[in-house]
Amino acid sequence: MNVSVLSAAPDTELRLSYAGADVSLRGVTKSFGSQAVLHGIDLDIQAGQFVAIVGRSGCGKSTLLRLLAGLDQPSSGTIAIDGQTRGWRDQVRLMFQEPRLLPWQRVAANVEVGLSHAAAGQDRRRLAFEALAQVGLSGREKEWPAVLSGGQKQRVALARALVSHPRILAFDEPLGALDALTRIEMQALIEQVWQDKGFTAIVVTHDVSEAVALADRILLLDAGRVAMDVTVDLPRPRRHGDPAAAAIEGRILDRLLGR
Amino acid sequence: MNRALPWIVPAAILLIWQAASQFGLLSGQIMPAPTAVAQAFWRVTRDGELLRDIEISTWRAFAGFAIGGGIGFVLGMLNGLSGLSEKLTDSTLQMVRNIPHLALIPLVILWFGIGEEAKLFLVALGVFFPIYVNTLHGVRSVDRQLLEMARAYGMRERAIFWRVVFPGALPSIFVGLRYGLGIMWLTLIVAETISASSGIGFMAMNAREFMMVDVVVVSILIYAALGKLADTVARRLERTCLAWNPVYAEM
Repeated sequence: MNVSVLSAAPDTELRLSYAGADVSLRGVTKSFGSQAVLHGIDLDIQAGQFVAIVGRSGCGKSTLLRLLAGLDQPSSGTIAIDGQTRGWRDQVRLMFQEPRLLPWQRVAANVEVGLSHAAAGQDRRRLAFEALAQVGLSGREKEWPAVLSGGQKQRVALARALVSHPRILAFDEPLGALDALTRIEMQALIEQVWQDKGFTAIVVTHDVSEAVALADRILLLDAGRVAMDVTVDLPRPRRHGDPAAAAIEGRILDRLLGR
Repeated sequence: MNRALPWIVPAAILLIWQAASQFGLLSGQIMPAPTAVAQAFWRVTRDGELLRDIEISTWRAFAGFAIGGGIGFVLGMLNGLSGLSEKLTDSTLQMVRNIPHLALIPLVILWFGIGEEAKLFLVALGVFFPIYVNTLHGVRSVDRQLLEMARAYGMRERAIFWRVVFPGALPSIFVGLRYGLGIMWLTLIVAETISASSGIGFMAMNAREFMMVDVVVVSILIYAALGKLADTVARRLERTCLAWNPVYAEM
């Protein structure tokens, strides 16, 4: 038996224990005061699926994501992760539009924030270094966030989200603030770690072409309801400008623009 | 060459001053020559008087600073974190802030006499406000997005304080610290000059009674040196603690 097989073994084990979780929403409503933002959403997301949520601003997509991340509580209805309606918050990680790194902590320590209280001492450092290697930032562990570029900061934020091996990863417009080329690189990176880890990915975006490039399934939210549910069955990695993708994008845009 | 440039003007002033004293243009009763000041410095250092006075003045300064700064820091943190505490105390403190603390000297002498308590009280009161105001401002200006991130990533309240709130407020706290150090020396000078039986201010007032102008000038220079020293230490500390901030990293 050779060494590489031995070292691969724990990896498969990790994959099994950390693979994605099912998400199921039943009658989820969210109101702020008298203003209802989400109207009784029923939704099932399969474990390991890559789902994109698109819609106009104010359609409730960010609110929905905050509920899924456990940052807010629904006004009524239930959210279950793998059938559990409570105690699932640690299994979900949220990536924000901004990197939101602690400027006074070095890169590795920022990634360790994602571990919260689970791991101890030596393990924390090792896990942080591994997560940084996954996002291609080996060797930058001891830098201050201030010296990194926007794309690198967002990759540190991705490492921070990945380090605890979440079963669900939620992204709130994670690429919105990046330039076009960095965006494409980050899309590829997100797709690659998703394929490696097998978590359930939920991305909120206003960019329909990004949704088509990444997702297995696209949900269009309109006035707090799911207005469209599209399956994107295209081979990966998807190329920009593929005609089948363009057709799907066109359909969704038509619906969004009310044409 | 460039390093020498800023020293040309002070050196010239010293030379002119020395020459003016030497040729009798400047009376020794008004301003003694730099050499006379240096001699006076050596005299008071040798008989141990200076060191004793520096020691007692420094002790007063930092004890008062610790008391006033400590209370200011705690109240600033408390009022920054708790809305109830802020509503209860902030407007009262802002009202008291409008009283110049040196205006309280007659009252303080009535209360405490001219003992140590009077000086500690004045220094503590003077230092309290800059530390309080800047700590409060620092806590309030901590990035809300970072706080939300910390909660979303399951950080507990204690961890949020030490890893997000405190380091976020630190740049502002340092502003208060350096401002407070300035007020600390200023208050002490005034308090020691008006009423004291030891310390640098006492040395100066005592020398005035005997018309020893050179010793008076020495005391003034010692105050300046102590103030500069405290500020330099604070700057060093600031640069070490805020190394993450690109503004300080370059300096």
